Amino acid sequence: MSVASNAPAPVEETPAAEAHGITKRYGGTVALQDAGIVITPGTTHALVGRNGAGKSTLVSILTGLESADSGEVTFNGSPAPGLTDREGWRRRVACVYQKSTIIPNLTVAENLYLNRQPRGGGSAISWRRMRRQASDLLDTWHLTIDVDAYASDLNVEQRQLVEIARALSYETRFIILDEPTAQLDRAAINRLFERIRGLQRQGMTFLFISHHLEEIYEICQRVTVFRDARHILTDDVAAVPTRDLVAAMTGEAAPHTVPARRAGAAASEPVILEVEDLVAVPDAPRANFRLRRGEVVGLAGGNGSGKTQIAEAIVGLRKARSGTISVDGHRTKPGHVSSALRSGVAFVPQDRHTEGYVGGLSIAENVTMTVPKLIGTRGVLSTKRRDALARKLIADLSVKTPGPELPVSSLSGGNQQKVVMGRALASKPKVLVLISPTAGVDVRSKATLLGVVDEMRALGTAVLVVSDELDDLRVCDRVLAIFRGEIVREFEAGWADNELVLAMEGVGTTDDEH
Amino acid sequence: MTNISDTATSDVEVSSSTVVAAGRRLRLARLRDFALVPAVLGVAFVGYLVNPVFLHKGNLILILQTMSEVGIVVLAESLILIAGRMDLSLESTFGLAPGVAAWLVLPNAPALGSHLPSWTGVPITLAVGALVGAINGLLIVRSRLNGFIVTLGMLIVLRGLLTGISKGQTFFNLPHSMLWVGQARWLTVPVSVWLCLALFGAAMFVLGYTRAGRALYAIGGNRNAARAAGINVDRVLWLTLIVASTLAALGGLMLTGRLASVAANQGNGYIFTVFAAAVIGGISLNGGKGTMFGAFTGVLLLYMIQDVLTLGGVNAEWIGALDGGIILLALVLSRITSGQAQD
Repeated sequence: MSVASNAPAPVEETPAAEAHGITKRYGGTVALQDAGIVITPGTTHALVGRNGAGKSTLVSILTGLESADSGEVTFNGSPAPGLTDREGWRRRVACVYQKSTIIPNLTVAENLYLNRQPRGGGSAISWRRMRRQASDLLDTWHLTIDVDAYASDLNVEQRQLVEIARALSYETRFIILDEPTAQLDRAAINRLFERIRGLQRQGMTFLFISHHLEEIYEICQRVTVFRDARHILTDDVAAVPTRDLVAAMTGEAAPHTVPARRAGAAASEPVILEVEDLVAVPDAPRANFRLRRGEVVGLAGGNGSGKTQIAEAIVGLRKARSGTISVDGHRTKPGHVSSALRSGVAFVPQDRHTEGYVGGLSIAENVTMTVPKLIGTRGVLSTKRRDALARKLIADLSVKTPGPELPVSSLSGGNQQKVVMGRALASKPKVLVLISPTAGVDVRSKATLLGVVDEMRALGTAVLVVSDELDDLRVCDRVLAIFRGEIVREFEAGWADNELVLAMEGVGTTDDEH
Repeated sequence: MTNISDTATSDVEVSSSTVVAAGRRLRLARLRDFALVPAVLGVAFVGYLVNPVFLHKGNLILILQTMSEVGIVVLAESLILIAGRMDLSLESTFGLAPGVAAWLVLPNAPALGSHLPSWTGVPITLAVGALVGAINGLLIVRSRLNGFIVTLGMLIVLRGLLTGISKGQTFFNLPHSMLWVGQARWLTVPVSVWLCLALFGAAMFVLGYTRAGRALYAIGGNRNAARAAGINVDRVLWLTLIVASTLAALGGLMLTGRLASVAANQGNGYIFTVFAAAVIGGISLNGGKGTMFGAFTGVLLLYMIQDVLTLGGVNAEWIGALDGGIILLALVLSRITSGQAQD
């Protein structure tokens, strides 16, 4: 967390990249309106804004994937190459996209040198030379990844490093990182930041896009805010307090993103969810915990800690090795979502794209998917009742949409997650399990989603928040820290951030052999 | 400072364990190519028990010859599958291409006013194949139509064309040039066997050691990533469709040569065997996965089992049911020996 290096760079230097007066329209919608950015070489520059602010469009234009309707882009003072000159763009700018551009069935080495594999005599690819080049490249940047490993066997962090290494191999001095931390756990984020600082010391320039404002204060020197397709401000990070940053992003005075905590559930409240001797991760000790009516409990742990497995066992997405789960005194059938649903468990899954919604179906169909009984009689659905229920959920969660008939795939990430949340709420659950509920959603949506937790608590629902986001966990009455499938510590509300983070990292627990 | 060195050491620990794990997986991945070899050996052994003739040179050559024509179509389909597409129309091209050639060069055939010289038979066959591939490419790649339905439509259209030009009859008395590839022998082994083996060898080289070949895997694995890497996705797909159709035409020519005729139903229903052989051989229907060696062992396994059944004296009426059963059996066998879920 060294803030010392955040000294502002001299302004008169030629910008590493500059976009000026950029306007871009898609049909009727304006994606960027006379917007721009100036990035000083050797800095890490943050670009923030809510979903739909125009960040992605700017990235497409800065990487030459799309051309602007008007305005100009320069790199080191000279104009950007033509759209078809892919090589030219690649030498000037590299981008680690949100969506992985790694090909799973190819090795690391081949991913690094795809379509420019070194050749021996003739046109035959020399695999030996390619592997050597790849390991030289990875060694140069101190990246310890096996060049012969298949990309499908790498974890998210390693894949990202491969993408960064590929960017470096083009000898690009300017790299765009589009939400690089979205899928990483804290330890990996720290390693990534260490890496960025190291590269920055060697003269690299970064454009860093993230929804997590604390990361921007940690790693960036400059920040640019976009809102509603326009440039709002650019300044030194140190000169913009969080409150002002949020205000610039949302266009209004910042609300308290995290609602104040209320008193925990009284011990007299009945137990709603009881987890007994649950073993969801191989070789982990048995987990025991219970949630009372109206209680909000956090399950905190990094990636691979087993917190997701425990949560998925509770909602029936996964069959635990052993142990029982009871809701309101009734045991649920292991590995059966329908059984969990019937006994009153609803959930927001880990990955909304694969398990959360059906993109091609409307909002109304998605939010009522779990409750056919509420909107139909004898197997015949009433579209009127369905749309009424959907409208209510849309209003409750302030989903931004003209109506319930819009397909979910056309919504922004934050609004999609609200639909997934709406689907969970539609069944009026006794137990609500939220797995990484705010991953990849913007500040305002985050506040709405976490606000729901408080409302559910007031209604007497027991809520289990499964996350490694401290903001998510702050709404909890107590937090169970998970490490390697084991509940290592329990925190009452009012815990100190660093202590919880340490517990999630497995530091200060009984076994210290790692 | 201590903070940084801490991170560094844990980094090294993490990655060294991944290296070990990855190394193990790598070996497994390489083995996946040879997954069917035990099954092939096993069937050979069973075949020997059923009838010792099975392992005689003549019988082995016979197996290779009967599989060579379909084998080339399997090769063609595998190229397309690896690139993440599929082409059902190959089986009709397999019949239509030599059919059109016969129609144009045969004096007794009801073709245009006058027939073409007989040497044009082979070039016409291949050209028809290439043309079909180009049309498929136009519809699928350029016009972005659904590949499955486009090639299904083409399958029916091309089959109908062959029935139309042949009036449902069989072309025979074909010129010698069209028979050569299916009938000539080199070193007592049919040319079609040599050709099939050579083409598989060439395909292994192209897929393993050329940028174009690797581009197929990249496109099949992640189309957008391939485009981002500067691969001209559309051109590669179009070329693949053309090459594959041309190969199917060549396969058809080989069968035509062996049987010295083109029947109106030549190739009818082959596509099922072709897909089965490819999947048994480890080619993924989702694209980006599989090798030519695997595809070769897939089709080899199918034809060996068929041969064992014939040698075992299985009644001809039952062959149809058994053919389907063989596909299922081979699929199960490959699932067991490779340990990989098929998708």
